[in-house]
Amino acid sequence: MKKLVFIFFIFLVLNNNKLLAYSSEPKSFISELVTEAINVLSDKSLSDEKKNNVIALIAKENVDIKALGYYTLGSIRKSLDKSILEQYNNLFEKYFLKSLTSRLSEYSDQKFEVTGAEQKSANYTIVFSKVSGETKSPEIKVNWRVYTKNPSKPLIRDLIVEGLSLAKTQKEEFASILNSNNNDVAKLLDKLKEFINN
Amino acid sequence: MTRFKLPLVTLTIILFLSLSHNELKAEKECFEKVSRSVFKFNTALDNTLLGPVARLYNKLPQKVKEGTGNVTSNIGRLLSVPNHLLQGNVSDAADSFGAFTINLFFGIGGLNDVASAYTDIQPTQEDLSQTLGVYGVKNGCYFVLPVLGPTTVRDTAAMVGDTFLDPFATMTWRQKEVLNETFNKSNYVLYKGADAIDFRGDNDTNIESLKKNSIDLYAATKSLYLQNKKNKIENSTGNEEDGWGNLDK
Repeated sequence: MKKLVFIFFIFLVLNNNKLLAYSSEPKSFISELVTEAINVLSDKSLSDEKKNNVIALIAKENVDIKALGYYTLGSIRKSLDKSILEQYNNLFEKYFLKSLTSRLSEYSDQKFEVTGAEQKSANYTIVFSKVSGETKSPEIKVNWRVYTKNPSKPLIRDLIVEGLSLAKTQKEEFASILNSNNNDVAKLLDKLKEFINN
Repeated sequence: MTRFKLPLVTLTIILFLSLSHNELKAEKECFEKVSRSVFKFNTALDNTLLGPVARLYNKLPQKVKEGTGNVTSNIGRLLSVPNHLLQGNVSDAADSFGAFTINLFFGIGGLNDVASAYTDIQPTQEDLSQTLGVYGVKNGCYFVLPVLGPTTVRDTAAMVGDTFLDPFATMTWRQKEVLNETFNKSNYVLYKGADAIDFRGDNDTNIESLKKNSIDLYAATKSLYLQNKKNKIENSTGNEEDGWGNLDK
């Protein structure tokens, strides 16, 4: 039975490999990746669990979750033990993926279009896009902070929705928890566990 | 002279508070414990009243929703006119006034946004808190008001000041004559209520998603409020590089 599950898992990963290969040019990278994600989310033949698994797989490959976790934690990360930092990284990844799949599932019927890009530095390019619903509701501007230090493997580090940075918002949430608990990282880890298990 | 008394008092308070809080960072709290309690009350109010009403509103025909949104946006342009002028943006003030007038007369009282559909006018919304921000007045500390929600010292003072700058508030809330027209206070309350429901309805998915995915909803709301205000004052897009240096280790 274990063997069968393993073969099924390998098949699943191989079958999803086409999802993981996107263009390295930031604009095309975002366009292909988001189109793929929207297709997965709007595919009625897939169960919610399968959709979440595929989205998590896409995110793990294309979002710089570790760096995003460090940004969110702030400078306190530099004073943490390696083992605590590792624990934080693991919990942050689970927290991020749960939060991402929950957020994205609510936007599966949206139309998406990349409208431009601006290179901010050698390491960062901002890709501009717009999202609109089927009705005449206002378009939403979504900008993507793409990390391009390795030009052949761009990674997403932030989403800026109508000028509001999700990473910055998370960072201030985490800072608030730390501030109200005398910078005790264990309390933050407890909060993350609570979110993951709910 | 009495006409100018209250705005003068408001401005004096703003200046005093802004000077006394000049060294404070934007994220400083005035009284966090109280604000968190008020925020809990506001969230409960949103869960039981504003949220359900906004979802009912979202079920109305698209034309009705669009019309409501257009009317409230058009009335909001009246407040932008004096604020553009205070910021020295005469052409933006003309755009706001032009869009308001076109929509009022050719868009059936503002139900249709004719100005956006048939002209190149792209008016932006400005209020007194943005005007003060442009002149360098800092946020002051942050707190939460019952029903009205997140704010700062500067923004609360500006909210009061806006009722003196806004021709619609002058005509309705204070029932002064503007261009031989006056209305009653209920018109102002109706406008503010419709504006709040329209905004809540438009952002229902985002707000509910935020509630579900935040580990500290109070801090998330505060962050979003302050980011939004900063972007509006600086006319920026939120793509700044702060804090995105070396994150590889």
